[in-house]
Amino acid sequence: MHLTTEDLSAIFLTLQLASVTTVLLLLIATPIAWWLAHTQSGWRAPIAALVALPLVLPPTVLGFYLLIALGPLGPIGRFTQWAGWGSLAFSFSGLVLGSMIYSLPFAVQPLVNAFEAMGSRPMEVAATLRANKLDAFFTVAIPLAKPGFVMAAMLSFAHTVGEFGVVLMIGGNIPDKTRVVSTQIYGHVEAMEYAQAHGLAGAMLVFSFVVLLVLSWVNRRRTQTAI
Amino acid sequence: MNAIQLQLDLGRSSFHLKVDLHLPAQGISVIYGPSGSGKTTLLRCVAGLETQARGRVQVGLDVWQDDSLGVSLPTAQRPLGYVFQEASLFAHLDVAANLSYGLKRSHARNQQMVLDEAIALLGIGELLHRRTDQISGGERQRVAIARALATQPKLLLLDEPLASLDSARKQDILPWLEKLRDELKIPMLYVTHAADEVVRLADTLVVMDAGQVRAVGPVTEVLSNSDLPLVVGDDVGALIEGHVQDLDKQWHLAQVRISKASSGVAGEGNPTHISIWVRNSGLQIGQPVRLRVLARDVSITLEEAQNTTIQNHLPCVVESVHAESHPSQVLLRLRCGELLLLARVTARGAHDLGLQVGTQAWAQVKSVALVK
Repeated sequence: MHLTTEDLSAIFLTLQLASVTTVLLLLIATPIAWWLAHTQSGWRAPIAALVALPLVLPPTVLGFYLLIALGPLGPIGRFTQWAGWGSLAFSFSGLVLGSMIYSLPFAVQPLVNAFEAMGSRPMEVAATLRANKLDAFFTVAIPLAKPGFVMAAMLSFAHTVGEFGVVLMIGGNIPDKTRVVSTQIYGHVEAMEYAQAHGLAGAMLVFSFVVLLVLSWVNRRRTQTAI
Repeated sequence: MNAIQLQLDLGRSSFHLKVDLHLPAQGISVIYGPSGSGKTTLLRCVAGLETQARGRVQVGLDVWQDDSLGVSLPTAQRPLGYVFQEASLFAHLDVAANLSYGLKRSHARNQQMVLDEAIALLGIGELLHRRTDQISGGERQRVAIARALATQPKLLLLDEPLASLDSARKQDILPWLEKLRDELKIPMLYVTHAADEVVRLADTLVVMDAGQVRAVGPVTEVLSNSDLPLVVGDDVGALIEGHVQDLDKQWHLAQVRISKASSGVAGEGNPTHISIWVRNSGLQIGQPVRLRVLARDVSITLEEAQNTTIQNHLPCVVESVHAESHPSQVLLRLRCGELLLLARVTARGAHDLGLQVGTQAWAQVKSVALVK
Protein backbone atom coordinates (compact mmCIF):
# COMPACT_ATOMS: atom_id res chain seq x y z
CA MET A 1 0.00 0.00 0.00
CA HIS A 2 1.39 3.37 -0.89
CA LEU A 3 -0.27 6.76 -0.78
CA THR A 4 -0.04 9.31 -3.55
CA THR A 5 0.62 12.98 -2.85
CA GLU A 6 -3.04 13.55 -3.57
CA ASP A 7 -3.96 11.01 -0.91
CA LEU A 8 -1.63 12.65 1.60
CA SER A 9 -3.04 16.05 0.75
CA ALA A 10 -6.55 14.70 1.33
CA ILE A 11 -5.52 13.22 4.68
CA PHE A 12 -3.87 16.45 5.75
CA LEU A 13 -6.90 18.49 4.71
CA THR A 14 -9.23 16.10 6.55
CA LEU A 15 -7.28 16.39 9.78
CA GLN A 16 -7.15 20.15 9.41
CA LEU A 17 -10.88 20.35 8.80
CA ALA A 18 -11.69 18.06 11.72
CA SER A 19 -9.42 19.98 14.10
CA VAL A 20 -10.75 23.42 13.22
CA THR A 21 -14.32 22.16 13.29
CA THR A 22 -13.86 20.49 16.69
CA VAL A 23 -12.36 23.55 18.35
CA LEU A 24 -14.99 25.93 17.00
CA LEU A 25 -17.75 23.46 17.72
CA LEU A 26 -16.81 23.05 21.39
CA LEU A 27 -16.88 26.82 21.80
CA ILE A 28 -20.38 26.99 20.36
CA ALA A 29 -21.75 23.75 21.81
CA THR A 30 -20.79 24.57 25.42
CA PRO A 31 -23.22 27.47 25.92
CA ILE A 32 -25.93 25.66 23.93
CA ALA A 33 -25.51 22.52 26.05
CA TRP A 34 -25.46 24.51 29.29
CA TRP A 35 -28.66 26.25 28.29
CA LEU A 36 -30.34 22.97 27.26
CA ALA A 37 -29.30 21.30 30.52
CA HIS A 38 -30.62 24.09 32.76
CA THR A 39 -33.43 25.95 31.06
CA GLN A 40 -37.06 25.49 31.93
CA SER A 41 -38.08 27.59 28.95
CA GLY A 42 -40.69 26.34 26.53
CA TRP A 43 -38.10 26.80 23.77
CA ARG A 44 -36.05 23.91 25.07
CA ALA A 45 -37.80 21.18 23.07
CA PRO A 46 -37.75 22.96 19.68
CA ILE A 47 -34.12 24.03 20.12
CA ALA A 48 -33.11 20.51 21.18
CA ALA A 49 -34.86 19.12 18.11
CA LEU A 50 -33.15 21.64 15.87
CA VAL A 51 -29.73 20.72 17.30
CA ALA A 52 -30.46 17.02 16.79
CA LEU A 53 -31.73 17.50 13.22
CA PRO A 54 -28.40 16.64 11.52
CA LEU A 55 -28.64 13.18 13.13
CA VAL A 56 -31.63 12.18 11.04
CA LEU A 57 -31.42 14.43 8.00
CA PRO A 58 -29.76 12.92 4.90
CA PRO A 59 -26.43 14.78 4.54
CA THR A 60 -27.40 15.68 1.00
CA VAL A 61 -30.42 17.60 2.27
CA LEU A 62 -28.24 19.50 4.71
CA GLY A 63 -25.65 20.06 2.00
CA PHE A 64 -28.29 21.23 -0.46
CA TYR A 65 -29.69 23.86 1.88
CA LEU A 66 -26.21 24.97 2.87
CA LEU A 67 -25.27 25.31 -0.78
CA ILE A 68 -28.28 27.50 -1.38
CA ALA A 69 -27.58 29.57 1.71
CA LEU A 70 -23.89 29.98 0.95
CA GLY A 71 -24.41 30.72 -2.75
CA PRO A 72 -24.34 34.28 -4.13
CA LEU A 73 -28.12 34.66 -3.73
CA GLY A 74 -28.41 32.93 -0.35
CA PRO A 75 -28.56 34.89 2.93
CA ILE A 76 -25.11 33.79 4.10
CA GLY A 77 -23.66 34.28 0.60
CA ARG A 78 -24.99 37.82 0.40
CA PHE A 79 -23.54 38.61 3.77
CA THR A 80 -20.09 37.16 3.02
CA GLN A 81 -19.99 39.01 -0.30
CA TRP A 82 -21.05 42.23 1.36
CA ALA A 83 -18.31 41.71 3.93
CA GLY A 84 -15.82 41.20 1.11
CA TRP A 85 -15.09 37.49 1.79
CA GLY A 86 -16.59 36.24 -1.45
CA SER A 87 -18.67 33.09 -1.52
CA LEU A 88 -18.01 30.32 1.00
CA ALA A 89 -19.38 27.63 -1.28
CA PHE A 90 -16.62 25.33 -2.58
CA SER A 91 -14.15 26.74 -0.04
CA PHE A 92 -12.48 25.40 3.08
CA SER A 93 -14.38 27.91 5.27
CA GLY A 94 -17.62 26.65 3.78
CA LEU A 95 -16.60 23.10 4.63
CA VAL A 96 -15.88 24.12 8.23
CA LEU A 97 -19.30 25.74 8.52
CA GLY A 98 -21.02 22.70 7.00
CA SER A 99 -19.06 20.30 9.23
CA MET A 100 -19.96 22.28 12.33
CA ILE A 101 -23.65 22.04 11.58
CA TYR A 102 -23.34 18.41 10.58
CA SER A 103 -21.47 17.43 13.78
CA LEU A 104 -23.32 19.78 16.17
CA PRO A 105 -25.40 17.07 17.89
CA PHE A 106 -22.27 15.00 18.51
CA ALA A 107 -20.73 17.88 20.45
CA VAL A 108 -23.86 19.10 22.21
CA GLN A 109 -25.32 15.81 23.44
CA PRO A 110 -22.34 14.55 25.52
CA LEU A 111 -22.05 18.00 27.09
CA VAL A 112 -25.77 18.13 27.94
CA ASN A 113 -25.44 14.68 29.53
CA ALA A 114 -22.39 15.76 31.52
CA PHE A 115 -24.02 18.98 32.75
CA GLU A 116 -27.23 17.18 33.65
CA ALA A 117 -25.38 14.43 35.51
CA MET A 118 -23.56 17.10 37.50
CA GLY A 119 -26.83 18.61 38.69
CA SER A 120 -27.17 22.04 40.23
CA ARG A 121 -25.44 21.21 43.51
CA PRO A 122 -21.79 21.94 42.57
CA MET A 123 -22.75 25.38 41.27
CA GLU A 124 -24.73 26.06 44.45
CA VAL A 125 -21.81 24.97 46.60
CA ALA A 126 -19.53 27.27 44.62
CA ALA A 127 -21.96 30.15 45.16
CA THR A 128 -21.95 29.59 48.93
CA LEU A 129 -18.15 29.71 48.68
CA ARG A 130 -18.32 33.21 47.16
CA ALA A 131 -17.80 32.26 43.52
CA ASN A 132 -19.94 34.22 41.06
CA LYS A 133 -21.61 32.31 38.23
CA LEU A 134 -18.92 32.81 35.58
CA ASP A 135 -16.14 31.99 38.04
CA ALA A 136 -17.99 28.86 39.16
CA PHE A 137 -18.62 27.83 35.57
CA PHE A 138 -14.92 27.85 34.71
CA THR A 139 -13.56 26.53 38.00
CA VAL A 140 -16.23 23.95 38.85
CA ALA A 141 -18.59 23.10 36.00
CA ILE A 142 -16.02 22.72 33.23
CA PRO A 143 -13.53 20.64 35.25
CA LEU A 144 -16.33 18.40 36.51
CA ALA A 145 -17.67 17.96 32.98
CA LYS A 146 -14.23 17.13 31.56
CA PRO A 147 -15.13 13.57 30.47
CA GLY A 148 -18.08 15.08 28.61
CA PHE A 149 -15.76 17.48 26.83
CA VAL A 150 -13.36 14.69 25.92
CA MET A 151 -16.19 12.67 24.49
CA ALA A 152 -17.69 15.64 22.64
CA ALA A 153 -14.31 16.47 21.10
CA MET A 154 -13.59 12.92 20.00
CA LEU A 155 -17.04 12.35 18.57
CA SER A 156 -17.01 15.67 16.70
CA PHE A 157 -13.55 15.00 15.33
CA ALA A 158 -14.34 11.46 14.23
CA HIS A 159 -17.71 12.37 12.81
CA THR A 160 -16.21 15.23 10.82
CA VAL A 161 -13.51 12.94 9.47
CA GLY A 162 -16.21 10.55 8.34
CA GLU A 163 -18.56 13.00 6.64
CA PHE A 164 -19.16 12.66 2.95
CA GLY A 165 -22.49 13.91 1.73
CA VAL A 166 -22.26 17.46 2.99
CA VAL A 167 -18.67 17.78 1.79
CA LEU A 168 -19.59 16.60 -1.65
CA MET A 169 -22.52 19.01 -1.89
CA ILE A 170 -20.82 22.16 -0.70
CA GLY A 171 -17.13 21.37 -1.15
CA GLY A 172 -17.11 20.27 -4.72
CA ASN A 173 -14.16 17.91 -4.28
CA ILE A 174 -11.45 20.39 -5.29
CA PRO A 175 -7.93 18.97 -4.76
CA ASP A 176 -5.99 20.67 -1.93
CA LYS A 177 -8.99 22.87 -1.10
CA THR A 178 -11.96 20.70 -0.37
CA ARG A 179 -10.99 17.15 -1.26
CA VAL A 180 -11.01 15.15 1.95
CA VAL A 181 -10.36 11.46 2.56
CA SER A 182 -13.94 10.30 2.08
CA THR A 183 -14.32 12.06 -1.28
CA GLN A 184 -10.85 10.90 -2.31
CA ILE A 185 -11.89 7.30 -1.67
CA TYR A 186 -15.00 7.90 -3.73
CA GLY A 187 -12.82 9.26 -6.50
CA HIS A 188 -10.54 6.23 -6.41
CA VAL A 189 -13.46 3.86 -6.62
CA GLU A 190 -15.03 5.78 -9.48
CA ALA A 191 -11.69 5.53 -11.30
CA MET A 192 -11.46 1.80 -10.51
CA GLU A 193 -8.27 2.42 -8.44
CA TYR A 194 -9.18 -0.22 -5.88
CA ALA A 195 -5.70 -0.55 -4.39
CA GLN A 196 -5.65 3.16 -3.59
CA ALA A 197 -9.17 3.00 -2.19
CA HIS A 198 -8.13 0.07 0.03
CA GLY A 199 -5.28 2.01 1.54
CA LEU A 200 -7.37 5.00 2.53
CA ALA A 201 -10.44 3.00 3.51
CA GLY A 202 -8.32 0.73 5.71
CA ALA A 203 -6.77 3.75 7.41
CA MET A 204 -10.24 5.18 8.09
CA LEU A 205 -11.40 1.85 9.49
CA VAL A 206 -8.50 1.64 11.93
CA PHE A 207 -8.88 5.28 12.91
CA SER A 208 -12.60 4.94 13.65
CA PHE A 209 -12.03 1.77 15.66
CA VAL A 210 -9.32 3.41 17.77
CA VAL A 211 -11.55 6.42 18.46
CA LEU A 212 -14.38 4.21 19.68
CA LEU A 213 -11.99 2.15 21.81
CA VAL A 214 -10.55 5.24 23.48
CA LEU A 215 -14.05 6.60 24.04
CA SER A 216 -15.14 3.48 25.85
CA TRP A 217 -12.04 3.72 28.09
CA VAL A 218 -12.85 7.34 28.85
CA ASN A 219 -16.41 6.35 29.65
CA ARG A 220 -15.38 3.56 31.95
CA ARG A 221 -12.97 5.77 33.84
CA ARG A 222 -15.71 8.31 34.28
CA THR A 223 -18.14 5.87 35.83
CA GLN A 224 -15.40 4.68 38.16
CA THR A 225 -14.52 8.13 39.44
CA ALA A 226 -18.15 9.06 39.88
CA ILE A 227 -19.24 8.86 43.48
CA MET B 1 -30.33 44.83 67.12
CA ASN B 2 -27.95 41.90 67.11
CA ALA B 3 -30.27 39.23 65.86
CA ILE B 4 -31.23 37.25 62.81
CA GLN B 5 -34.48 38.34 61.23
CA LEU B 6 -36.11 36.17 58.64
CA GLN B 7 -39.37 37.10 56.97
CA LEU B 8 -39.78 34.87 54.00
CA ASP B 9 -42.50 33.86 51.64
CA LEU B 10 -42.16 31.25 48.93
CA GLY B 11 -45.14 29.77 47.10
CA ARG B 12 -44.79 26.41 45.42
CA SER B 13 -47.42 24.33 43.75
CA SER B 14 -47.46 21.77 46.56
CA PHE B 15 -46.68 23.87 49.60
CA HIS B 16 -46.20 27.40 50.82
CA LEU B 17 -43.35 28.55 53.04
CA LYS B 18 -44.25 31.53 55.16
CA VAL B 19 -42.12 32.39 58.17
CA ASP B 20 -41.42 35.37 60.37
CA LEU B 21 -38.58 34.59 62.74
CA HIS B 22 -36.36 36.54 65.09
CA LEU B 23 -33.50 34.41 66.27
CA PRO B 24 -30.61 35.23 68.57
CA ALA B 25 -27.39 35.86 66.69
CA GLN B 26 -25.52 33.37 68.81
CA GLY B 27 -25.51 29.67 69.52
CA ILE B 28 -27.26 27.00 67.53
CA SER B 29 -30.82 27.52 66.36
CA VAL B 30 -32.13 24.10 65.44
CA ILE B 31 -34.89 23.99 62.84
CA TYR B 32 -36.85 20.85 63.53
CA GLY B 33 -39.81 19.29 61.80
CA PRO B 34 -40.99 16.34 59.74
CA SER B 35 -39.84 15.77 56.16
CA GLY B 36 -41.47 18.18 53.79
CA SER B 37 -42.12 20.80 56.46
CA GLY B 38 -39.93 23.33 54.66
CA LYS B 39 -36.81 23.23 56.85
CA THR B 40 -34.36 22.90 54.00
CA THR B 41 -36.28 25.35 51.85
CA LEU B 42 -36.06 27.90 54.65
CA LEU B 43 -32.30 27.43 54.82
CA ARG B 44 -31.99 27.76 51.04
CA CYS B 45 -34.01 30.98 51.14
CA VAL B 46 -31.65 32.43 53.75
CA ALA B 47 -28.72 31.52 51.51
CA GLY B 48 -30.37 33.09 48.47
CA LEU B 49 -30.48 29.77 46.63
CA GLU B 50 -34.25 30.02 46.17
CA THR B 51 -34.47 32.98 43.84
CA GLN B 52 -38.28 33.02 43.93
CA ALA B 53 -38.40 33.70 47.67
CA ARG B 54 -39.57 37.14 48.72
CA GLY B 55 -39.17 38.92 52.03
CA ARG B 56 -36.41 40.09 54.27
CA VAL B 57 -33.22 38.53 55.58
CA GLN B 58 -31.15 40.46 58.06
CA VAL B 59 -28.16 39.10 59.97
CA GLY B 60 -26.92 41.45 62.65
CA LEU B 61 -26.78 44.84 60.98
CA ASP B 62 -26.40 43.47 57.46
CA VAL B 63 -29.45 43.30 55.23
CA TRP B 64 -29.03 40.46 52.74
CA GLN B 65 -32.45 40.72 51.25
CA ASP B 66 -35.29 43.19 51.47
CA ASP B 67 -37.62 42.96 48.55
CA SER B 68 -39.58 46.00 49.70
CA LEU B 69 -36.38 47.96 48.97
CA GLY B 70 -35.50 45.89 45.92
CA VAL B 71 -32.42 44.49 47.63
CA SER B 72 -31.44 40.88 47.22
CA LEU B 73 -27.80 39.88 47.30
CA PRO B 74 -26.86 36.87 45.21
CA THR B 75 -25.64 33.88 47.22
CA ALA B 76 -21.99 34.60 46.39
CA GLN B 77 -22.23 37.99 48.10
CA ARG B 78 -23.86 36.75 51.31
CA PRO B 79 -21.18 36.14 53.95
CA LEU B 80 -22.46 32.72 54.94
CA GLY B 81 -21.20 29.18 55.19
CA TYR B 82 -23.42 26.36 53.96
CA VAL B 83 -22.98 22.68 54.77
CA PHE B 84 -25.15 20.47 52.60
CA GLN B 85 -26.60 17.13 53.61
CA GLU B 86 -24.14 15.27 51.42
CA ALA B 87 -20.72 16.79 51.86
CA SER B 88 -20.72 17.95 48.23
CA LEU B 89 -16.97 18.30 48.04
CA PHE B 90 -15.63 19.18 44.60
CA ALA B 91 -14.55 15.87 43.11
CA HIS B 92 -11.96 17.46 40.81
CA LEU B 93 -10.06 19.02 43.71
CA ASP B 94 -8.19 17.43 46.60
CA VAL B 95 -9.08 18.21 50.20
CA ALA B 96 -6.66 21.15 50.47
CA ALA B 97 -7.95 22.73 47.25
CA ASN B 98 -11.54 22.25 48.43
CA LEU B 99 -10.67 24.08 51.65
CA SER B 100 -9.01 26.98 49.89
CA TYR B 101 -11.68 27.38 47.20
CA GLY B 102 -13.89 29.62 49.29
CA LEU B 103 -11.03 31.08 51.30
CA LYS B 104 -9.40 32.53 48.18
CA ARG B 105 -12.65 34.18 47.20
CA SER B 106 -13.51 35.61 50.59
CA HIS B 107 -11.98 38.89 51.56
CA ALA B 108 -10.76 37.47 54.81
CA ARG B 109 -7.59 38.73 56.35
CA ASN B 110 -5.00 36.37 57.76
CA GLN B 111 -6.18 33.71 55.35
CA GLN B 112 -3.55 31.15 56.31
CA MET B 113 -4.38 31.58 59.98
CA VAL B 114 -8.10 31.20 59.36
CA LEU B 115 -7.50 28.07 57.34
CA ASP B 116 -5.14 26.57 59.93
CA GLU B 117 -7.71 27.23 62.65
CA ALA B 118 -10.48 25.55 60.70
CA ILE B 119 -8.23 22.57 59.97
CA ALA B 120 -7.23 22.26 63.62
CA LEU B 121 -10.77 22.75 64.89
CA LEU B 122 -12.09 19.88 62.78
CA GLY B 123 -9.03 17.66 63.05
CA ILE B 124 -8.49 17.17 59.32
CA GLY B 125 -4.78 18.02 59.09
CA GLU B 126 -3.98 14.47 58.02
CA LEU B 127 -6.35 14.55 55.07
CA LEU B 128 -5.15 17.60 53.17
CA HIS B 129 -3.54 15.82 50.25
CA ARG B 130 -6.12 13.09 49.86
CA ARG B 131 -8.63 12.97 47.06
CA THR B 132 -12.20 13.50 48.15
CA ASP B 133 -13.17 9.93 47.27
CA GLN B 134 -10.41 8.55 49.47
CA ILE B 135 -11.84 9.74 52.78
CA SER B 136 -14.77 8.47 54.85
CA GLY B 137 -18.25 9.98 55.01
CA GLY B 138 -17.62 11.53 58.43
CA GLU B 139 -14.32 12.99 57.25
CA ARG B 140 -15.95 14.41 54.15
CA GLN B 141 -18.54 16.16 56.28
CA ARG B 142 -15.83 17.59 58.53
CA VAL B 143 -13.96 18.88 55.47
CA ALA B 144 -17.20 20.44 54.22
CA ILE B 145 -17.68 22.21 57.55
CA ALA B 146 -14.07 23.43 57.60
CA ARG B 147 -14.43 24.61 54.00
CA ALA B 148 -17.46 26.68 54.99
CA LEU B 149 -15.71 28.05 58.11
CA ALA B 150 -12.64 29.09 56.11
CA THR B 151 -14.66 31.85 54.43
CA GLN B 152 -15.20 33.42 57.88
CA PRO B 153 -18.98 33.41 57.57
CA LYS B 154 -21.23 35.59 59.68
CA LEU B 155 -23.82 32.83 59.72
CA LEU B 156 -23.33 29.11 59.33
CA LEU B 157 -26.16 27.12 57.73
CA LEU B 158 -26.14 23.36 58.21
CA ASP B 159 -28.67 21.22 56.38
CA GLU B 160 -28.92 17.84 58.14
CA PRO B 161 -25.15 17.47 58.11
CA LEU B 162 -25.34 14.12 59.89
CA ALA B 163 -28.31 12.59 58.10
CA SER B 164 -26.28 10.72 55.53
CA LEU B 165 -24.00 9.17 58.16
CA ASP B 166 -24.52 5.95 60.06
CA SER B 167 -24.92 6.17 63.79
CA ALA B 168 -21.28 5.44 64.63
CA ARG B 169 -20.05 8.15 62.25
CA LYS B 170 -22.63 10.46 63.69
CA GLN B 171 -21.25 9.94 67.18
CA ASP B 172 -17.81 10.77 65.72
CA ILE B 173 -18.88 14.11 64.39
CA LEU B 174 -21.29 15.40 67.07
CA PRO B 175 -18.43 16.39 69.42
CA TRP B 176 -16.91 18.47 66.61
CA LEU B 177 -20.17 20.33 66.23
CA GLU B 178 -20.35 20.96 69.97
CA LYS B 179 -16.81 22.26 69.80
CA LEU B 180 -17.83 24.65 67.04
CA ARG B 181 -20.68 25.94 69.12
CA ASP B 182 -18.54 26.39 72.20
CA GLU B 183 -15.47 27.90 70.55
CA LEU B 184 -16.77 30.00 67.70
CA LYS B 185 -18.99 32.99 68.00
CA ILE B 186 -20.66 32.26 64.67
CA PRO B 187 -24.41 31.76 64.94
CA MET B 188 -25.70 28.60 63.27
CA LEU B 189 -28.99 27.55 61.75
CA TYR B 190 -29.08 23.78 61.95
CA VAL B 191 -31.75 21.78 60.15
CA THR B 192 -32.51 18.30 61.43
CA HIS B 193 -35.28 15.82 62.05
CA ALA B 194 -33.22 13.78 64.51
CA ALA B 195 -34.26 14.05 68.16
CA ASP B 196 -30.82 13.36 69.60
CA GLU B 197 -29.35 16.28 67.67
CA VAL B 198 -32.10 18.59 68.94
CA VAL B 199 -31.59 17.80 72.62
CA ARG B 200 -27.82 17.80 72.31
CA LEU B 201 -27.14 20.83 70.17
CA ALA B 202 -30.05 23.25 70.27
CA ASP B 203 -29.93 26.52 72.14
CA THR B 204 -32.95 27.86 70.32
CA LEU B 205 -35.53 25.54 68.82
CA VAL B 206 -37.71 26.33 65.81
CA VAL B 207 -40.44 23.79 65.17
CA MET B 208 -41.78 23.77 61.62
CA ASP B 209 -44.71 22.09 60.00
CA ALA B 210 -46.24 22.50 56.55
CA GLY B 211 -44.14 25.56 55.75
CA GLN B 212 -45.04 27.38 58.96
CA VAL B 213 -43.32 27.94 62.28
CA ARG B 214 -45.29 26.19 65.02
CA ALA B 215 -43.08 27.13 67.95
CA VAL B 216 -39.88 29.02 68.59
CA GLY B 217 -37.89 29.80 71.72
CA PRO B 218 -35.15 28.55 74.01
CA VAL B 219 -35.03 24.79 73.61
CA THR B 220 -35.76 24.04 77.27
CA GLU B 221 -38.85 26.21 77.10
CA VAL B 222 -40.21 24.86 73.83
CA LEU B 223 -39.77 21.25 74.94
CA SER B 224 -41.53 21.83 78.27
CA ASN B 225 -44.47 23.55 76.68
CA SER B 226 -47.43 21.27 77.21
CA ASP B 227 -49.66 23.35 74.91
CA LEU B 228 -47.58 21.93 72.12
CA PRO B 229 -46.44 18.54 73.29
CA LEU B 230 -43.46 18.04 71.06
CA VAL B 231 -42.56 14.45 70.58
CA VAL B 232 -38.83 14.42 70.15
CA GLY B 233 -37.65 10.86 69.76
CA ASP B 234 -39.87 8.47 71.75
CA ASP B 235 -41.86 10.82 73.88
CA VAL B 236 -42.46 14.34 75.09
CA GLY B 237 -40.22 15.42 77.91
CA ALA B 238 -38.40 18.30 79.52
CA LEU B 239 -34.85 19.29 78.67
CA ILE B 240 -32.87 20.59 81.61
CA GLU B 241 -29.55 22.36 81.76
CA GLY B 242 -27.33 22.32 84.81
CA HIS B 243 -23.88 21.53 86.07
CA VAL B 244 -22.42 18.83 88.23
CA GLN B 245 -22.37 19.91 91.86
CA ASP B 246 -21.38 16.80 93.75
CA LEU B 247 -20.35 13.22 93.19
CA ASP B 248 -21.35 10.16 95.22
CA LYS B 249 -18.37 7.95 94.55
CA GLN B 250 -19.69 4.99 96.49
CA TRP B 251 -22.88 4.70 94.45
CA HIS B 252 -21.57 6.11 91.18
CA LEU B 253 -24.01 8.98 91.14
CA ALA B 254 -23.63 12.64 90.28
CA GLN B 255 -25.71 15.50 91.63
CA VAL B 256 -26.68 18.02 88.98
CA ARG B 257 -27.70 21.48 90.06
CA ILE B 258 -30.17 23.07 87.72
CA SER B 259 -28.58 26.27 86.51
CA LYS B 260 -30.85 27.32 83.75
CA ALA B 261 -34.23 25.79 83.45
CA SER B 262 -37.13 26.98 81.43
CA SER B 263 -37.22 30.73 81.36
CA GLY B 264 -40.26 32.61 82.44
CA VAL B 265 -41.01 33.68 85.98
CA ALA B 266 -38.70 32.20 88.57
CA GLY B 267 -41.22 30.29 90.68
CA GLU B 268 -42.66 32.71 93.22
CA GLY B 269 -39.28 33.88 94.40
CA ASN B 270 -38.53 30.42 95.70
CA PRO B 271 -34.78 30.45 96.29
CA THR B 272 -34.36 26.72 96.80
CA HIS B 273 -31.94 25.19 94.41
CA ILE B 274 -33.23 22.20 92.60
CA SER B 275 -30.86 19.34 92.02
CA ILE B 276 -31.20 15.94 90.44
CA TRP B 277 -29.17 12.76 90.88
CA VAL B 278 -28.00 11.05 87.74
CA ARG B 279 -25.90 8.05 86.91
CA ASN B 280 -22.25 9.07 86.89
CA SER B 281 -20.51 8.10 83.71
CA GLY B 282 -17.21 9.90 84.22
CA LEU B 283 -18.59 13.33 85.06
CA GLN B 284 -16.44 16.02 86.69
CA ILE B 285 -17.56 18.56 89.25
CA GLY B 286 -18.49 21.82 87.56
CA GLN B 287 -19.09 20.20 84.19
CA PRO B 288 -22.14 21.55 82.32
CA VAL B 289 -24.66 18.90 81.38
CA ARG B 290 -28.02 18.53 79.73
CA LEU B 291 -30.62 16.15 81.09
CA ARG B 292 -33.78 14.90 79.51
CA VAL B 293 -36.72 13.78 81.63
CA LEU B 294 -39.46 12.07 79.64
CA ALA B 295 -43.07 12.67 80.67
CA ARG B 296 -43.69 8.94 81.15
CA ASP B 297 -40.87 8.73 83.73
CA VAL B 298 -42.40 11.30 86.08
CA SER B 299 -45.05 10.33 88.64
CA ILE B 300 -46.72 12.33 91.36
CA THR B 301 -47.31 11.97 95.11
CA LEU B 302 -49.06 14.41 97.38
CA GLU B 303 -46.52 13.98 100.17
CA GLU B 304 -42.86 13.25 99.89
CA ALA B 305 -42.56 9.50 99.58
CA GLN B 306 -40.43 7.91 102.29
CA ASN B 307 -39.98 4.29 101.42
CA THR B 308 -39.13 4.29 97.77
CA THR B 309 -36.17 3.42 95.62
CA ILE B 310 -36.70 6.51 93.52
CA GLN B 311 -33.94 9.02 94.24
CA ASN B 312 -35.29 12.21 92.78
CA HIS B 313 -38.25 13.83 94.57
CA LEU B 314 -38.95 17.43 93.76
CA PRO B 315 -41.59 19.68 95.36
CA CYS B 316 -43.72 21.18 92.64
CA VAL B 317 -46.88 22.97 91.69
CA VAL B 318 -49.22 21.77 88.94
CA GLU B 319 -49.22 24.48 86.28
CA SER B 320 -51.51 22.96 83.74
CA VAL B 321 -53.45 19.81 82.96
CA HIS B 322 -53.95 18.63 79.38
CA ALA B 323 -55.99 15.81 77.97
CA GLU B 324 -53.96 13.22 76.10
CA SER B 325 -54.88 11.49 72.89
CA HIS B 326 -55.96 8.44 74.89
CA PRO B 327 -58.65 9.39 77.48
CA SER B 328 -57.03 7.31 80.24
CA GLN B 329 -54.04 9.68 80.36
CA VAL B 330 -53.39 13.29 81.22
CA LEU B 331 -50.30 15.37 80.66
CA LEU B 332 -49.32 17.68 83.52
CA ARG B 333 -46.91 20.54 83.49
CA LEU B 334 -45.14 20.89 86.83
CA ARG B 335 -43.14 23.81 88.10
CA CYS B 336 -40.42 22.85 90.55
CA GLY B 337 -38.88 26.17 91.45
CA GLU B 338 -37.26 27.30 88.23
CA LEU B 339 -37.59 23.94 86.65
CA LEU B 340 -40.43 22.81 84.41
CA LEU B 341 -41.25 19.13 84.07
CA LEU B 342 -43.85 17.24 82.08
CA ALA B 343 -45.56 14.25 83.64
CA ARG B 344 -47.89 11.77 81.98
CA VAL B 345 -50.11 10.04 84.52
CA THR B 346 -53.37 8.11 84.43
CA ALA B 347 -56.44 10.30 84.48
CA ARG B 348 -57.91 8.24 87.33
CA GLY B 349 -54.78 8.74 89.42
CA ALA B 350 -54.90 12.48 88.84
CA HIS B 351 -58.57 12.51 89.79
CA ASP B 352 -58.03 10.43 92.96
CA LEU B 353 -55.31 12.79 94.11
CA GLY B 354 -57.44 15.80 93.20
CA LEU B 355 -54.71 17.22 90.99
CA GLN B 356 -55.59 20.50 89.37
CA VAL B 357 -53.90 23.73 88.52
CA GLY B 358 -52.24 25.08 91.66
CA THR B 359 -52.04 21.79 93.55
CA GLN B 360 -48.83 21.43 95.59
CA ALA B 361 -47.31 17.99 95.13
CA TRP B 362 -44.09 16.04 94.71
CA ALA B 363 -42.71 14.92 91.41
CA GLN B 364 -40.91 11.58 91.44
CA VAL B 365 -38.47 11.15 88.61
CA LYS B 366 -37.87 7.52 87.78
CA SER B 367 -35.31 7.98 85.07
CA VAL B 368 -33.11 10.76 83.72
CA ALA B 369 -31.17 10.63 80.49
CA LEU B 370 -27.89 12.45 80.25
CA VAL B 371 -27.84 13.84 76.74
CA LYS B 372 -24.59 15.74 76.98
